[in-house]
Amino acid sequence: MTEGLNITNLHDVVVLFAGDSGDGMQLAGNIFSTVSATAGNSISTFPNYPADIRAPQGSLTGVSGFQVHIGAEQVYTPGDLCDVLVAMNAAALKTQYCHAKPNATIIIDTDSFQAADLKKAAFATDDYLGEMGIDPDRVISCRLTQMVKDALADSGMDQKAMMKCRNMFALGLVCWLFDRDLNTVFNFLREKFSKKPAIAKANIKVVQAGYDYGHNTHSAAANVHRIESKHKVPGRYMDITGNKATAYGLIAAAEKAGLKLYLGSYPITPATDILHELSKHKSLGVVTVQCEDEIAGCASAVGASFAGALAVTSTSGPGICLKSEAMNLAVIMELPIVVIDVQRGGPATGLPTKSEQTDLLQVLFGRNGESPMPVIAATSPTDCFDAAYDACKIALENMTPVVLMTDAYIANGSGAFRLPELSKYPAIKPPYVPEELKGTWTPYQRNENGVRYWAVPGREGFEHILGGLEKDSQTGVISTNPENHNLMTKLRQQKVDNISVPDVEVLGDKDDAELLIVGFGGTFGHLHAAMDEMREQGKKVALAHFKYINPLPKNTGEVLKKYDKVVVAEQNMGQFAAYLRMKIDAFVPYQFNEVKGQPFIVKELVEAFTKIIQ
Amino acid sequence: MTHTAQEYKKGQPRWCPGCGDHFFLASLHKAMAEIGIDPHNNAVISGIGCSSRLPHYMATYGMNTIHGRAAAIATGCKVANPDLEVWQVSGDGDGLAIGGNHFIHANRRNININIILLNNRIYGLTKGQYSPTSPRGFVSKSSPYGTVEDPFRPAELCFGARGHFFARAVATDAAGTVDILKAAQQHKGTAVCEILQNCVIFNNGTHDSVYSKEGRAKNAIYLEHGKPMIFGENNEFGIMQEGFGLKVVKIGENGITTDDLLVHDAHCEDNTLQLKLAMMEGPDFPIALGVIRDVEAPTYDESVYQQIEDIKTKKPYHSFAELLETNDIWTIE
Repeated sequence: MTEGLNITNLHDVVVLFAGDSGDGMQLAGNIFSTVSATAGNSISTFPNYPADIRAPQGSLTGVSGFQVHIGAEQVYTPGDLCDVLVAMNAAALKTQYCHAKPNATIIIDTDSFQAADLKKAAFATDDYLGEMGIDPDRVISCRLTQMVKDALADSGMDQKAMMKCRNMFALGLVCWLFDRDLNTVFNFLREKFSKKPAIAKANIKVVQAGYDYGHNTHSAAANVHRIESKHKVPGRYMDITGNKATAYGLIAAAEKAGLKLYLGSYPITPATDILHELSKHKSLGVVTVQCEDEIAGCASAVGASFAGALAVTSTSGPGICLKSEAMNLAVIMELPIVVIDVQRGGPATGLPTKSEQTDLLQVLFGRNGESPMPVIAATSPTDCFDAAYDACKIALENMTPVVLMTDAYIANGSGAFRLPELSKYPAIKPPYVPEELKGTWTPYQRNENGVRYWAVPGREGFEHILGGLEKDSQTGVISTNPENHNLMTKLRQQKVDNISVPDVEVLGDKDDAELLIVGFGGTFGHLHAAMDEMREQGKKVALAHFKYINPLPKNTGEVLKKYDKVVVAEQNMGQFAAYLRMKIDAFVPYQFNEVKGQPFIVKELVEAFTKIIQ
Repeated sequence: MTHTAQEYKKGQPRWCPGCGDHFFLASLHKAMAEIGIDPHNNAVISGIGCSSRLPHYMATYGMNTIHGRAAAIATGCKVANPDLEVWQVSGDGDGLAIGGNHFIHANRRNININIILLNNRIYGLTKGQYSPTSPRGFVSKSSPYGTVEDPFRPAELCFGARGHFFARAVATDAAGTVDILKAAQQHKGTAVCEILQNCVIFNNGTHDSVYSKEGRAKNAIYLEHGKPMIFGENNEFGIMQEGFGLKVVKIGENGITTDDLLVHDAHCEDNTLQLKLAMMEGPDFPIALGVIRDVEAPTYDESVYQQIEDIKTKKPYHSFAELLETNDIWTIE
């Protein structure tokens, strides 16, 4: 089928699907990334939703985007700028062109660049390409809407239903551009619309029409590109978002621990998908309670934990503010809960759909009293699975609340996820009180790791009362004794400090780096890509990326002090740097701080880091 | 298995001498023994306040948690393990001020827990501020010139939140308290028991009209399902419906006999008359005691597990490994 075509092999490519929030750009992007992953490419995606509830159609604020980065080798980010921009309407071109490379191919639907559309998108003239300074040779202009109508002319569908298929034409065209196997697309659509075969048929028809259009008119603009996968890790894969991976990690941990999974939650962007995902899986016995507020979400998790479940609450930064009180209750009662914070832009309501790392100090220190709590920060969409599993294991085995931090970027982004084998994951063994302690046991009696035993209600002979008031370390009754409070505070701190976490790994030029890049959580991909680019330029650079925040890995001090120059790069005003300075004596790093609500831009990182070593 | 009240007792209560909490605690021990659920299958969960100290004096499982959140914590506990008998103990501040949201939503969901609302119309632990059940004009440390706000009436809040069980007793009336606690435990769903109790230090005498046996004979009516509404020292008064309201009548006067009196129907789904009964207050009306409303309805916890069982038969995956297989999977050789 590619006879006579000029096929170029590419290392990697970034495609940005942009349109009105009702145009189905997320679906088109999602299918394209899945099809590419199926072909063995590495993928990284970034959905970018408008914050408006429902912006007027065709308006600048209503533009929704889905960016896909596919690569022959590992890709770590969705890419700074795109190679192909699909602009379904004038507003999409206006707002998204700034994310396109200078030589990018632009695909536009001229049917939605009519006078009214141009006006909504604030174009002054009908020469929209000229206004944006776009070279017409790089543009595939087509009457996309009309061609969709033609393709579906005898389908019996009404106008509105036909318009919902426009995204599939764009998808077909992009599939042609990158030589993708349409059968995989068709299978996906048949599966997705298995209950609506007519819709599946129409979508398939339009995808084919888009593909054929590209094939028949290829001389007009672009070449066909092919991205051959170089390093394939054999295995079975699925596409997974960070939020879904988090939910899966919780399910896996509950099964491994032999416990019921309980989620108490209140809807909040961008964490709600975890509630959605877990609510689906009742056949696994998962219990989800959509509570009356954030407070009840966490408080009910504490109650469920007391009753013996693997108890979880999910939220974003504003919800953490409200949950702090019940998180603290879990600290003093020494009950296991997992608190998931999918960070978004703040303060207050802030930027609900955008990403930041600004909750770090809140989850570490934002509670009254001495309130130590383990904190784990997932580093990528697929890492959310392992991070969630770890959070559950640490909580259950150490009888402590644990915070799992992700962020809007990795929560909504996706990656190819190699199906995990649960049998290869470590066992989870909560410290249930041994039967032989019946008669002598008291609620704050500890095992060899300083962890309080768990006596789950229903067991005879272990009846006890926990509570938010300080208790005597020996008897478990309320105590205001100064020495006892001092002791209990230290015991709670030691318990968290003693949790063993893996050493932080140094990537890149670990022996002779001029600069060590330090980050945590969801910025791993961008920092890694920045390091790669600098090393390609011949610079000696290393990366130490932290997933375990509290306690820090044992080798943290050693790693940070090994290099002359260290830069801590984070999407906040320097919270992780401040934390490291507090924990590591005489550590004075350079800092790179940005809070734009968007992922880092690799190019900017490289520029900033290069300045440090010049 | 039979139990004694002693088996549910623990420790030495630290409340002020004469506090209503002492009376209630003794009744709870007694009621639990009569109900007969083993101590280790009961969970008593409180918030913060004088009365919320109560779990420490129970030989059951329990938690004395944080202010206002007892209903939410009890909800999680019950949903996670429906086999536990869960008792929430809150004062009027804990339950209706800071915990008001959780109180109404527990009632709305109809989670099968027993909510004990110990109402002394005052904040005791913080030493004497008005509470959300203090009457308008109430003088306290935080309202030296009297409050300028109306109180909640717990029954109204419970009914407004679609509550299906509401009962009331006076703390000093052990028999009446034990009766409603047993009825609450029997009831499937959220069961609210309002306990009228005195605070000897900061609100002494707040329930004086019904605190003594003699007072209750004069100023209270014990409602019993299926029985005509008769009260008074010599059973000389009754309650009749009049228009949209109620009226107190003297039996024998104007030819009124017990056949003319309202017969209590706690099981009536329509709560209109039950609400009117619950709202009665002196001096014109007696205060209603006993089980005022007790209507069957699906409980939240049972429905949660019923749904899980239903879905288990419909969905083909029952383990994590099977869940993975429900996704679009590709293989790289």
